[in-house]
Amino acid sequence: MIKIKNLHKSYQMGKNSLHVLKGIDFEVKEGELVAIMGSSGSGKSTLLNILGMLDNYDEGSYELGEVLIKKMDETKAAKYRNKFLGFVFQSFNLINYKNALENVVLPLYYQGVSRKEREEKALKYLDDVGLKEWATHLPTELSGGQKQRVAIARAMVGEPKVLLADEPTGALDSKTSKEVMDLIQKINKAGKTILVVTHEQDIAEMCSRIVKLKDGVIVEDKKIRQKKAL
Amino acid sequence: MFNRDRWLEIFDTISKNKLRTSLAGVTVALGILIFVVLYGLGNGLENTFEKFFKDDQLNTIWINPGRTSKPYAGFESNRRIEFDNDDYADIAEKFNFFIEGMTPRISLTGSNISYKLKSNNFSVRGVGPSHQKNEMTIMMQGRYLNDADILNKERYVVIGRLVKQDLFGDEDPIGKFINGGGRTWKVIGVYQDDGGDNEERIIYAPYTTIQSIQRGSDNVGQIIISYKPEIGFDGAVEFEKQIKRYIKNRKKIDPTDPRGVFIRSASSDLKENEDFSSALKMIITFVGLGTLLAGVIGISNIMVYVVRERTKELGIRKAIGATPKSIVWMVLQESIFITTISGYIGLFIGVLFLSSLGNALEEDFYILDPYVDLNTGIFATFMLIVFGGIAGFIPARRAAKIKPIEALNDK
Repeated sequence: MIKIKNLHKSYQMGKNSLHVLKGIDFEVKEGELVAIMGSSGSGKSTLLNILGMLDNYDEGSYELGEVLIKKMDETKAAKYRNKFLGFVFQSFNLINYKNALENVVLPLYYQGVSRKEREEKALKYLDDVGLKEWATHLPTELSGGQKQRVAIARAMVGEPKVLLADEPTGALDSKTSKEVMDLIQKINKAGKTILVVTHEQDIAEMCSRIVKLKDGVIVEDKKIRQKKAL
Repeated sequence: MFNRDRWLEIFDTISKNKLRTSLAGVTVALGILIFVVLYGLGNGLENTFEKFFKDDQLNTIWINPGRTSKPYAGFESNRRIEFDNDDYADIAEKFNFFIEGMTPRISLTGSNISYKLKSNNFSVRGVGPSHQKNEMTIMMQGRYLNDADILNKERYVVIGRLVKQDLFGDEDPIGKFINGGGRTWKVIGVYQDDGGDNEERIIYAPYTTIQSIQRGSDNVGQIIISYKPEIGFDGAVEFEKQIKRYIKNRKKIDPTDPRGVFIRSASSDLKENEDFSSALKMIITFVGLGTLLAGVIGISNIMVYVVRERTKELGIRKAIGATPKSIVWMVLQESIFITTISGYIGLFIGVLFLSSLGNALEEDFYILDPYVDLNTGIFATFMLIVFGGIAGFIPARRAAKIKPIEALNDK
């Protein structure tokens, strides 16, 4: 599903160049639930941004489902993101003047799906995350866990190949964290490939594989026995 | 542009961001409103101005006697000049070539005039038939003075609309007799005049009759001449010069004496007026453009603010699949929509306000019938839409170019 070879990325900080990713080799098969771990500054967020086509890389190659993702223009990147990827962010990133349903509908709107169809579909996905009753509520009226579940529904509604979650539990208490991870596990069970960036060991252990990054290189990559979230 | 789905998305955004929408809307509406009102009031000022100077026939010159300020040909200075019947007749003969119509005007101020039990003070003027044309007097009833009245020194009068109203009320004045200066006068006509109320409080009588009741004086007061329009502006200037020289010579006034005789012509007034009028127009246009510019700056600021405020939202949209183009269009369409609607609201309120003013400001502020022609209003609105669009486009394009990850990190 994902093939990365010798990936390099540097940031220009004034006169100094900061080498963040120093040759990453990494593969993810379809249906895997991978945790990417590392302390801050290890390059894990940068890796996720590159995987998410939110950022470019300097060297190496990145294939997503047989397609080489190389420097592309914004329009093409937007279309690929829309088609292949679903995002879940630490800070939820819901549009706060739109209600839950309208937030979930948005990726379909950009896919050009008809109004009726996208509302039906969005409602189904909201139902899947257990928030059908909350469809007409604004994000401000939802708890953190509910917001994250809306965000997951939004990430899933476009039926992406890969779900990318950047610290999905970072802003949640441990109980809600487990609920959200449970949801992620369920989605994974249904066959979706999921990458979770986290720095929490217990969250990582709920995945089936842990990739550890340190100073821009992979220091550990092991399959584990997955813990059930709930 | 005409995608229904896109419009629905835009209406949704507009209706759910009321503060932003109303901020932009009010700025534009206010800009247009102020523009329309200022421009309209300016036009009203110009209207008054035009009306003021349109009262008199343009091809007219007034010759007024004065007092000399220099001794000349054995006469002392400060000698009072008067025109008599001979002067009048000689001028008529000598300048026959230039003259279309000519009349004396003997002014008597504040004569007490009465009819039955009603009385009031009115100005009385002794004039000839040509006077009607010079003052652009319009007859409402009866007739004006004619040559026979002058010749026969008839005790006839033509009265203004307001004189009729004061003395006769609803009664038909034609053929009735009014009293003035111990004599009775037959009313033969009622006139109206666009030159304002005072012009309609005057009574006209044959100048010969006025002369005869002034113990047979042959003083003709002012002389008013309308020259043939064919002679043109240059001809008129030349005519004025010649007639001035002739009168000074005839009345033994020092040619360099600025006082003895005064000649005023509508054409030279007209030129000054036109200069003034075009200066006025320039000021109005300047004020209008200034207002419009302020409006443009206002809407630009708001657009920058709007896009700034939406950076994160636009980032989210990009992350879930919005193309840069769709982002730019969304921001633009929204701003154009708001600007158009509120622009027309401002235009509508402004026009409504101007028409409700009507002539209410004429008395105190000399603003008559303020208006804005619709094209100017629409042009102004259009300008705001275009500049609002440009002002929105630049930050929108920048926002669309930012990497989604940066926009998402925007707090």
